[in-house]
Amino acid sequence: MPNVARHPSRVTRHALPYFPGCALKDQAGHFEASAMAAMEALGWELSELPRWNCCGTVYSLASDDLMRHLGPVRNLVRVQELGESRLITLCAMCYNTLRRSSQFVGADPERLERINAFMDEEPDYQGGVEVLHLLQFLRDEVGFEEIAAKVKRPLDGLRVAPYYGCMLLRPREVGIDAPDSPGVMEGLLSALGAEPVDFPQKAECCGAYLTVTDPEIARERVEGIVSAARRAGAEIIATSCPLCQFNLEHHQADDASPVTRHASPVTVVYFTQLLALALGVPGDKLGFERLRFDPRPHLAERELV
Amino acid sequence: MAKVEELSGENLYACYQCGKCAAGCLFADHMDLLPNQVLRLVQLSDESVLSSRAPWVCASCLACEVRCPKGVDIAKVMEALRLLVLRTGETGLRLWEIPSGVPQIALVGATRKHTP
Ligand code: SF4
Ligand code: SF4
Repeated sequence: MPNVARHPSRVTRHALPYFPGCALKDQAGHFEASAMAAMEALGWELSELPRWNCCGTVYSLASDDLMRHLGPVRNLVRVQELGESRLITLCAMCYNTLRRSSQFVGADPERLERINAFMDEEPDYQGGVEVLHLLQFLRDEVGFEEIAAKVKRPLDGLRVAPYYGCMLLRPREVGIDAPDSPGVMEGLLSALGAEPVDFPQKAECCGAYLTVTDPEIARERVEGIVSAARRAGAEIIATSCPLCQFNLEHHQADDASPVTRHASPVTVVYFTQLLALALGVPGDKLGFERLRFDPRPHLAERELV
Repeated sequence: MAKVEELSGENLYACYQCGKCAAGCLFADHMDLLPNQVLRLVQLSDESVLSSRAPWVCASCLACEVRCPKGVDIAKVMEALRLLVLRTGETGLRLWEIPSGVPQIALVGATRKHTP
């Protein structure tokens, strides 16, 4: 289907059910907008799941906590109602929670039966909906070669450190890539003409929700991650999680932050913003102004904006 | 402790105290017990583990889970310990102390980890 993007009338044929989650409707609106624009440029449409509800953010690690799988399962029912079998996510936390829950109920018919018995408005969930992260879809279905062929504005060697964090990689059964040596974001960035910057901290935890209860611990985590990316020569860090994005921005902007006391902050963007930019979406549609540290000076140096 | 075993669904006696989990835990510096020590106390049914700060510092990052040579998911053990405390009605989450400006995704995550 090489010419799909040039035939807008065909775009709707490629609609994909998509789960936004709370953050993408709020603090991470630019993550959603840039992803949608990028997918449109590739000839696909991310079509928001009707009547979706919060996934619960964190997957319950307790064996007896069926209640916390209800939210995820209800979303899977919505996919089933559309007659679809796949659900695309952008937020790494939603991805992890939905995918793990779908595996949890899929592994034991009795669990699923109890959840189905509890839901009285929805039809029973039959199982079998596959939860995917957009990065998986881009790699496995669209293909990086195809993406490279559609790049209109190569990123001209922009040095980008891909930051995975936890939820895309762990546990191994839901990881979109090898937990110890992931390469999917590097592959994508190379296809866009950027220079992926490798740094060992790319799969380390940003402190996650400890930012609420123990912000100093999250700050220390962010310091380790950002300074490593900076030492490795990154101009920009790319994320795929609104919580990583918040922590990496917030704890660098904090006055008390040791990260910024000695060096200038490293710009943090969503990977979809770079993807859409490279695919030719105008820079002013990508929400760069909503980022804590404006990437446009770096982009302007290469005449990308 | 049978309850931890049940809640976590993990075989706690598989752990042979190699310490790999502690070596890879990026939060261990802030814990009063290392992850493997937490597990050891659970194996010994030592209830003092319930007053440890370690489960509350654990961010469920799963770095330990992918490293353990015995396939023990320590994050599940930490969750079980949190729940045993939370289900007695205790919680360390003080809503009025939450810093302003934290996004919903962080709030939902934290409150879920601090409520039974
Ligand atoms: S890595 Fe596994 S076996 Fe080793 S101490 Fe930790 S839990 Fe025990
Ligand atoms: S899941 Fe918890 S115990 Fe395990 S490495 Fe992460 S913070 Fe440490």
